[in-house]
Amino acid sequence: MAFDARAGLRPEADAVSVFTAMRVVFVRDLRAAFRQRQDLLNPLLFFVMVVTLFPLGVSPEVSFLQLAGSGILWVAALLSVLLSLDHLFRHDFDDGTLEQLVLQPQPLFLLVLAKTAAHWVLTGLPLILLAPLLGVMVHLEGNSIAVLCLTLLIGTPVLSLIGAIGAALTLGLKSAGVLLSLLIIPLYIPVLIFGTGTVAAAAEGAPVGGYIALMGAFLVLAITLAPFAAAAALRISLSNS
Amino acid sequence: MWQFFHKLGSPKWFFGIANRLMPWLMWGGVVLLFAGLIWGLAFAPKDYLQGNSYRIIFIHVPSAFLAQSVYIMMAVAAVVTLVWRMKLADVFVKAAAPVGAVLTFLALFTGAVWGKPTWGTWWIWDARLTSMLILLFLYFGVIALGAAISDEKSSARAVAVLVLVGVVNIPIIKYSVEWWNTLHQPATFKLTEKPAMPMEMWVPLLLSVLGLYLIFGWFACLRMQTEILVRERRTRWVKALVQAEES
Amino acid sequence: MSEPLLQAVNLQCERDDRMLFRDLSFSILPGTLTRVEGPNGSGKTTLLRILAGLNDAWSGQLLWLGKPRARRREEFLHNMLYLGHRPGIKPLLTPVENLRALMAGRKAMSDGVLLKALAGTGLAGFEDVPCRRLSAGQQRRVALARLLIADEPLWILDEVFTAIDIDGVTALEHLLVQRARDGGAVVVTTHHDLQLPSMQRICLGGADGL
Repeated sequence: MAFDARAGLRPEADAVSVFTAMRVVFVRDLRAAFRQRQDLLNPLLFFVMVVTLFPLGVSPEVSFLQLAGSGILWVAALLSVLLSLDHLFRHDFDDGTLEQLVLQPQPLFLLVLAKTAAHWVLTGLPLILLAPLLGVMVHLEGNSIAVLCLTLLIGTPVLSLIGAIGAALTLGLKSAGVLLSLLIIPLYIPVLIFGTGTVAAAAEGAPVGGYIALMGAFLVLAITLAPFAAAAALRISLSNS
Repeated sequence: MWQFFHKLGSPKWFFGIANRLMPWLMWGGVVLLFAGLIWGLAFAPKDYLQGNSYRIIFIHVPSAFLAQSVYIMMAVAAVVTLVWRMKLADVFVKAAAPVGAVLTFLALFTGAVWGKPTWGTWWIWDARLTSMLILLFLYFGVIALGAAISDEKSSARAVAVLVLVGVVNIPIIKYSVEWWNTLHQPATFKLTEKPAMPMEMWVPLLLSVLGLYLIFGWFACLRMQTEILVRERRTRWVKALVQAEES
Repeated sequence: MSEPLLQAVNLQCERDDRMLFRDLSFSILPGTLTRVEGPNGSGKTTLLRILAGLNDAWSGQLLWLGKPRARRREEFLHNMLYLGHRPGIKPLLTPVENLRALMAGRKAMSDGVLLKALAGTGLAGFEDVPCRRLSAGQQRRVALARLLIADEPLWILDEVFTAIDIDGVTALEHLLVQRARDGGAVVVTTHHDLQLPSMQRICLGGADGL
């Protein structure tokens, strides 16, 4: 073992680049998730079931479903992301890998970003793949379905990113699930409004490029700010445990 | 400057200052608020469109105004908590959040009462009211998170992060709700629209806004004092204070 | 002789309205073994988490190589290894995958080295079994395998002997002593009766500190 003459410090050259570290976190999260496939399936089943409730609970009429369909799908997607957020840090917190993550020399917010990206790949992305099928079931037109998928593609990462802040803040608390929803739902409202509003505008034949760009701006804002807030919140929650 | 800052962080020092400040805030607030309300409710002219029912703005506008500024003040305090770890800033956040929530509720309630004669319905998904409703949710979140974390320091910092995340979102929420509103119902009459208010309406409104600010200042001081006494109950100065009070 | 790696000056920590310790000052020198002692609830784990930088609800000063640690966080983390109560092992992953993920953020390392380290803690033959099928002691050994390949000069180990059998304990004691001889610094808490030569003790409890 090579020791520095002064205090035995490790050579700087041994430091792992932040990209490598992010990739390792990302891959590990995906790998662990695929070992427990049922957990991946549950939010998707929830998504489908919530959508089913609306024709049954409100009205199966084509005119209603066409009008409300994009909103129903968006609300269901939002709820199923919300449901999956509790797992984002909890397993890592329980088994101690979160402590090790915080103690890695790389900037924590980037590692959090990698974890959030893994979360989106595991929850947001499958929702988008399932959305066209459900879109057909609520009688959305082809163009609306395409725009809906596009808004989900831009919007669900924002949901994951904002959700990471809430998950980090409520980590280690009792009844964290309900509290998490309470903190996060108000922050989800703009994404929901623009997601459904864009689809509604598309259905009326209005140009939607501007709205899509605006949602893109939300995404950029969330990517730049949310990991910082989530990293700060993680440190606070770990400090308390 | 640093000396002042350090002093400002001391709960004991604040306690004394608050004692001296509070009578001024309270009486100033009561006088202004009453002047504004009496003028507004009894003497200001009728609105040519809405008649007397518009007079609720003398309560609605001040509370809505204050409800939003309290959140901004909490955000400033949150920055102080995170950067300088000043205890007093967190005391303010904890003391102000429920008051802010009550003011937001008051704004919503008076908005609903106003809605009945104006639109013929108690609730309307007007942009302003909807934003206030979401603001109320934000307040609830802050209060709930603060109550869920037992450790004082962790609670202070976690709540500060949440308040800051909220304050970044407020303009986005406001903007998106306004956009949503125009998309769904081109509103014919909005609470926000001011049809060139005459002077006789403006002045009492201004008075009641100022009055409510002062009352809030007084009430915040009072709640902060209570919170400080609870937190510092084991310190010498609080024990001495309690003993002096008892004898 | 040499400069302390980590220095605590007037450390104070209060938790849930209870003073755990105050005016706690000590130095962690290279080539020493330090044991934090005290009854349950005296703040041993809290102190170790503070030293590791996980808990920041403390006041006082923490110096890393003579400078405030907060300003040299990256260098500190690059040179410090912490093992906590919770071993940092994902139950769904195998020992190799776990070790790889834990080491990858700190140092590039070949799988051969990892397998050798696992074999060194007596886990040969279990490399590809998901950790949830392993016993608590075996899971802990996965985490301990890191010690065989770690080159961080400062180790902070919280209750490392928990769930380890007698042979394992002896081997671990040897490892720690050898580590100190090689110039590393080790800080431990343990309920295990550790009798090692030239051990520094930090006693907590009764709020009188060291």
